[in-house]
Amino acid sequence: MDTLIQQLINGLTIGSFYALVALGYSMVYGVMKLINFAHGDLFTLGSYIGYTVLVVGASWVTATFGIWGGMAIALVAAMIGIGVAGLVMERIAYRPVYKAGRLPLVVSALGMSFVISQGIMAIWGPNPQAYLSGWTPKDFLQFGNIRVPVLQIAILVLALGLMALIYWLVERTTFGAAIRAAAQDRDTATLMGINFNLIIFFVFALGPALGGMAGVMQGLKYTRISFNMGWLYGLKAFTATILGGIGNIPGAMIGGLLLGVMEALFEGYVSGAWKDVFIFLILILVLIWRPTGLFGEKTAEKV
Amino acid sequence: MAAVLQVETLFVSYGAVEALKGISLELDEGDIVAVLGSNGAGKTTLLKSISRLLVPRSGSIRLRGADINKFAPYQLIQQGIAHVPEGRKVFATLTVEENLRMGVFGVRTMAPGKEYKKTREWIFRLFPRLLERRKQLAGTLSGGEQQMLAIGRGLISKPSLMLLDEPSLGLAPVIAQEIFRVIRQIHQEEKVSILLVEQNARKALGLARYGYILETGKIAIQGEACDLRNDERVKAAYLGGAKVNISACGSMS
Repeated sequence: MDTLIQQLINGLTIGSFYALVALGYSMVYGVMKLINFAHGDLFTLGSYIGYTVLVVGASWVTATFGIWGGMAIALVAAMIGIGVAGLVMERIAYRPVYKAGRLPLVVSALGMSFVISQGIMAIWGPNPQAYLSGWTPKDFLQFGNIRVPVLQIAILVLALGLMALIYWLVERTTFGAAIRAAAQDRDTATLMGINFNLIIFFVFALGPALGGMAGVMQGLKYTRISFNMGWLYGLKAFTATILGGIGNIPGAMIGGLLLGVMEALFEGYVSGAWKDVFIFLILILVLIWRPTGLFGEKTAEKV
Repeated sequence: MAAVLQVETLFVSYGAVEALKGISLELDEGDIVAVLGSNGAGKTTLLKSISRLLVPRSGSIRLRGADINKFAPYQLIQQGIAHVPEGRKVFATLTVEENLRMGVFGVRTMAPGKEYKKTREWIFRLFPRLLERRKQLAGTLSGGEQQMLAIGRGLISKPSLMLLDEPSLGLAPVIAQEIFRVIRQIHQEEKVSILLVEQNARKALGLARYGYILETGKIAIQGEACDLRNDERVKAAYLGGAKVNISACGSMS
């Protein structure tokens, strides 16, 4: 029972990272019909920006703003930095080839993925780096036999809060309705006075910004980061996107959380070494039996 | 009367295929003009060019005397143009209300406030069915209801010029009748200038003051609607050789 609860909490935490990254895939795909394969590497870049804020400023940022303030600054820095990186990427890697069709876009996305991950290696070096524990809170909450780090709870609450915010924005506001309208029918949305370029700007800033924040959260939770971790994270988050139904915002969130929980349960009860195989087995099974994902009907109508 | 819309020798092509080969037409303020023709004659191409969804090869389009290229496509709704596209094109995964809100998205002065609510009430009076179904996803509506929503979505921005692309397409006759009744009402009560594209020549000529008949990208015939209804070529090709009461002509305008 304790293992179950422990793994559920762990699963929700990592699942919330997948969900935040999956939101970026799903938003960009919904509007542009483009799978942004560089998205996982933006996640990594966010992790390194957070690392830099905490390392370079370890004595200054943390000393001035305290442990929580330092982490908040790292998160905001990654959010802004990766939001801008997303916009730059759209400008240089995608906009010039929109007219060429979907395949050149995918190639450009893969190229961008290598550029970012190799760029990270060039700047921060090929060895993994660590979010040192001196910059993060070490308190635990004790529930019976279960010990949960306060930091993990804070991360989980923040991630779920961000998801709730995005859900509200996309599903409940007029601007969100405009994003969904533009995703569905660009020409008709233009007739309504929706500026498609504004929508592109929005998804390419917000999607990556969420991924960048998830990158910092991953560093805070697991401490170890490496320049090429975005590949595996990206693929898992992509699996979550497919699981929930690509282009579907609530689907991406639920797909991410579900995938994280399944991974943690598999790790806890079956095998930690085989968990990645298990995740990609899920991807294959979903693609075979339900390619539109769990919340696919709505998406099928959209496309 | 001042012209709200002037199209001059418009050429539009899709790659090597010429869709419009030098179209000129005019719509006066408060007037209602029909553009008729069979499938592929270039009717939709004409409307899409006016809305700047297509870029013409040459020719000019003027909106109240100003070159339409001055405005970005998404800014045209601010200029009072509402384009109700062919095939309704409602946003299927948005609710009826959200679809209506999209109709004023580009109109800053109409940001959901009093004015918006008043206009929406008026649209619900025109189409009571939309009121019943306001919380429903637009994709679950019937074809006729979707057309009502498409027109309502165009009307909610209180346009001065409406471009209607085949509003009766694929609708049961009784529903089409209803749609045409509302178009007439909008035109008469709200003084909206209307450019109506239709395949249903009989209905369109019953409604419009003036008509253009498009054949493979060119204007084949044009004239007062009542003259067109009595034109032998029009009767044979578009009205199925129906007998039309000639005396209707005088009482029209």
